[in-house]
Amino acid sequence: MTSFDRINSSSIDTQKEINFIFNGQKYRGFQGDTLASALIANGVKLIARSFKYHRPRGIISCGSQEPNGLVELIHKDFREPNTKATTIELYEGLEAKSQNSWPSLKYDFMSLNDKFSKFIGAGFYYKTFMWPASFWEKIYEPLIRKAAGLGKLSYNKNERVSEKGFLHCDLLVIGSGPSGLVSAYLAGLSGAKVILVEEDFIFGGNLNNETSDDSKTVAHKYLRSILKDIMKMPNVRCMRRTCVIGMFDHGIFGALEKLNQSKIDQIFWKIKSKKALLCTGALERFIPFQNNDRPGIMLSASIRTYLNRWGINNFQDVLLFTNNNDAYLTASNLISSGVNVVGVVDTRDNPKIFDSRIKVFQGSQVINTRGKLELKGVDIQNKEGKISFLKCDILGVTGGWNPNIQISCHTGVKPVWDKKISAFIPGKNNVSTHLKAVGSANGKFTLSECISSAEKAVLEILNDLNFKLEKYEIPSISPENIDIDPFWYVQFGSERKWVDLQNDVTVKDIEIAYKENFRSVEHLKRYTTLGMGTDQGKTSNVTGLAILASLSKKSIPEVGTTVFRPPYVPVSLDTLVGHAHGKNFKPTRLTPSHNWAQENGASFTESGLWLRAEWYAKKNERNWRTTVDREVNAVRNSVGFCDVSTLGKIDIQGKDALSFINKIYCNGFAKLPVGKVRYGLMLREDGLVMDDGTTARMSENHFIMTTTTVNAESVYRHLEFCHQCLWPELDVQLISTTDAWAQIAIAGPNSRKIISKIIDPEYDVSNEKFPFMACADITICKGVRARLFRISFSGELAYELSVPTQYAYSLISYLMEIGVEENITPYGTEALGVMRIEKGHAAGPELNGTTSALNLNMDKMVSLKKDSIGMVLSKREGLHKIDAIKLVGLKPVKTDNQIVSGSHIFNLQDKIKPENDLGYVTSSCYSPTMKSYIALAFLKNGSERYGDKVKISNPLLKKETYAEVCNPVFVDPTGDKLRD
Amino acid sequence: MIIDHPLLGHRDISEFIYLGDASLLNRPKWDAEDAEHSFYEYLYLRKNVAGVHKELWFHQQGDRSWLVISRNTLTHEIIKVDLVGNHSKNMEILND
Repeated sequence: MTSFDRINSSSIDTQKEINFIFNGQKYRGFQGDTLASALIANGVKLIARSFKYHRPRGIISCGSQEPNGLVELIHKDFREPNTKATTIELYEGLEAKSQNSWPSLKYDFMSLNDKFSKFIGAGFYYKTFMWPASFWEKIYEPLIRKAAGLGKLSYNKNERVSEKGFLHCDLLVIGSGPSGLVSAYLAGLSGAKVILVEEDFIFGGNLNNETSDDSKTVAHKYLRSILKDIMKMPNVRCMRRTCVIGMFDHGIFGALEKLNQSKIDQIFWKIKSKKALLCTGALERFIPFQNNDRPGIMLSASIRTYLNRWGINNFQDVLLFTNNNDAYLTASNLISSGVNVVGVVDTRDNPKIFDSRIKVFQGSQVINTRGKLELKGVDIQNKEGKISFLKCDILGVTGGWNPNIQISCHTGVKPVWDKKISAFIPGKNNVSTHLKAVGSANGKFTLSECISSAEKAVLEILNDLNFKLEKYEIPSISPENIDIDPFWYVQFGSERKWVDLQNDVTVKDIEIAYKENFRSVEHLKRYTTLGMGTDQGKTSNVTGLAILASLSKKSIPEVGTTVFRPPYVPVSLDTLVGHAHGKNFKPTRLTPSHNWAQENGASFTESGLWLRAEWYAKKNERNWRTTVDREVNAVRNSVGFCDVSTLGKIDIQGKDALSFINKIYCNGFAKLPVGKVRYGLMLREDGLVMDDGTTARMSENHFIMTTTTVNAESVYRHLEFCHQCLWPELDVQLISTTDAWAQIAIAGPNSRKIISKIIDPEYDVSNEKFPFMACADITICKGVRARLFRISFSGELAYELSVPTQYAYSLISYLMEIGVEENITPYGTEALGVMRIEKGHAAGPELNGTTSALNLNMDKMVSLKKDSIGMVLSKREGLHKIDAIKLVGLKPVKTDNQIVSGSHIFNLQDKIKPENDLGYVTSSCYSPTMKSYIALAFLKNGSERYGDKVKISNPLLKKETYAEVCNPVFVDPTGDKLRD
Repeated sequence: MIIDHPLLGHRDISEFIYLGDASLLNRPKWDAEDAEHSFYEYLYLRKNVAGVHKELWFHQQGDRSWLVISRNTLTHEIIKVDLVGNHSKNMEILND
């Protein structure tokens, strides 16, 4: 029977109909519905098949604790699996389908599993798929994965837009039920900055689930009026559809906000709060009995919620099963709405009866249920053992309440057992003083206790934070009584009694685990998978624990509790990624010449965070090699320029700057004169090479150090460490000026001509006055401040010229103008790389964090006569083995044979196997100067082997070539060009 | 995590970079007889503390100061935050 009509409810708008599709069938709901409430209102009871046994299942709850109602949400291009029907806010055009069923929900092929359930209980997989071991990866695992339930991904790109944000407040209130409302209201009155978060799409929590009759009238009226006030308070930020997913160190909370009808779909907030109140209420417990999983069996208070909040009363005959007073409220509400209540089966002998209209089966238990795809009736047994059948289509079960304490455990605080309510409440320790639980979350279940405990906690917090609360009113509310019988599960019968509905764990599974000695809670959990689903055992954990306790004849606190970890609800990866994917994965740094390069046809390459011009192709050029060869030839034969601003620049000043630099580099710097640059090799304290670069002495106490592009940050940090932590007595100041100066390398035999054309006439750049490794502060183009360094990475006569960054564009345009005669050529990082390989300069691939000065043929540079970082440990025996690898050059026997970087080197007669490995190729390129492919490599005992032929093998690419070992400096090994 | 910077107040952990055990402040003498051995100990032998641990952090996205943070490795509680200073102050922090 379906009934579209609803009884009066303030939480749905019956004027606004919403169309949606479930399993291909069209339905209608209202604004304010969840998918679950709309399905229940349409009389749909069978929602899903279970994870392991593919049992028919229906909705049992009304929130994020739902174990059964998992569906796949179908969006335009992608699918969202494992979404809880109970938390999906209904929207026009929503489309969802059941999971774990094929070919259809009613006729599910895998429900065969259910027939064999006797054989596939806890530990089945561990015991059965043990051997042969080789079968596991190829056969067993794919088979099991295919059979296992839960949703599937579409593998399409997720179209959701996610963002991240930060919020700060004095008080974070988690949950907007009665205790949350009172907390936020009082704190708001005091002027404190408050954030109130609510997981649901309406505020009010349990206030929305109950009728405001009798004793509750006063309290409900008060709470509704303060909710209105809170919304108007400028110092209170009210966030609904926002779920706190975890508490982290030092008062930081992660919260996921879903936005409705906004350009952004979700925001992951990091909230820093001085104090926080946990007002997350309590979750109802289930009771295991035979076949307690049929569609139509629900939690008692959830039935009440569907009735009161969503106005659903299309139930025929409702029976309730309880160990506490709460079921009577459900019964009363149902009767008042015209629903036939068969009665309340109460495990207690003499329950106090509240409503004379209710038929009570006292001292009785539900022992079994009937109905295949839907509940048809139940068998109950009274105290005398007499069994009788009761016809019903809905069975409401309540086993008491668990305070919703998960978030309080995230920083490692263990919960404690409260005997009075037979449940765990948040524990305390000295460190975790940021969060306090109030109301039901702290085991104070009645409305009066919720309000009074919130009041007390807020007053304490406001006092701690020095906020004053002048005047406020709270009405007095009469107390209620819960009176719970610690009754955990029905002993009767040997058919399956479900504990964890999501992971299909039964009482028997827990018994097996216990018998097989998996008796610690953590072992039990992993052996049976109890509480390991997407619901994290919100309805099942404590019940499982209680069963284990009764088996081991221990009390529940003795058995212990499992650890709750974030997140509180499943969080998809796109939420945590936010916008940091694709192009936004990391920031992009642009070089000072970027715009000029773009206008002049450059292609770009990534180098750390930087985008650098890799080459400047001309229209008629066939491929990139043609371009790069032209650029290299231009530099070697005339002149070219390249933006090298990305290299780190550290400005070092102070009376002791020179002594400081002398301690940083392993080679001698003490005698560096003003106006000179020196190459410096930087070691780590363990003696391996950290970085290299040049340092220029601009004046007595002013130095400019350059670092490699990639290490710019880490070298700067290292320098600050050395300065602040190791030698604080030295008078030194450091600052990074990488972004402040554009640095252009101008290289080639005609480079001096170019420099002469732009430098102001008072400066002399003749070879005598400005020799190799000279540096100076100069001016160019009639007074523009600049620095000139005569250093060379290419091996040609070369200069590096730096100007304040804003002049980069004009400087380069001007260079092109004045260099027409010399055919000045811009070159990119590829040509730069080719020329440094031709010149045998070590770069990133050689300074790879595993190489020493000796490996780079620079061991003689390490001064043993002074203190420098890494000097002492660079002497270690292990770094000076006779057959240590050395940087060498490689020339292929046939010049057109490419040598691939990463290839390994072998003697000609040796087989290709690891024990014969002699070293590896680090950098390779085609050298237009040598008219051959060339490479740099590390080779055992390499400097002794010049002239030898070796085998270069790359088993990954199945490539093998032959090459001759040579000096790594291919071009101008004597360095004459540099000094010319 | 939040670090209470002595000059700048409460700062988020994302502004900082962790280096390691604060014993790195006590660098051995390079020209001592047993220099190689003491450098080996300085660099490789560390205590693995379950409890209060003094460690070096760098305020990379901030004032570029090096800090010694006393942190309880069991609870993540930060007990004390010191700016590094001259050698005698650093030794005081280490031996505190």
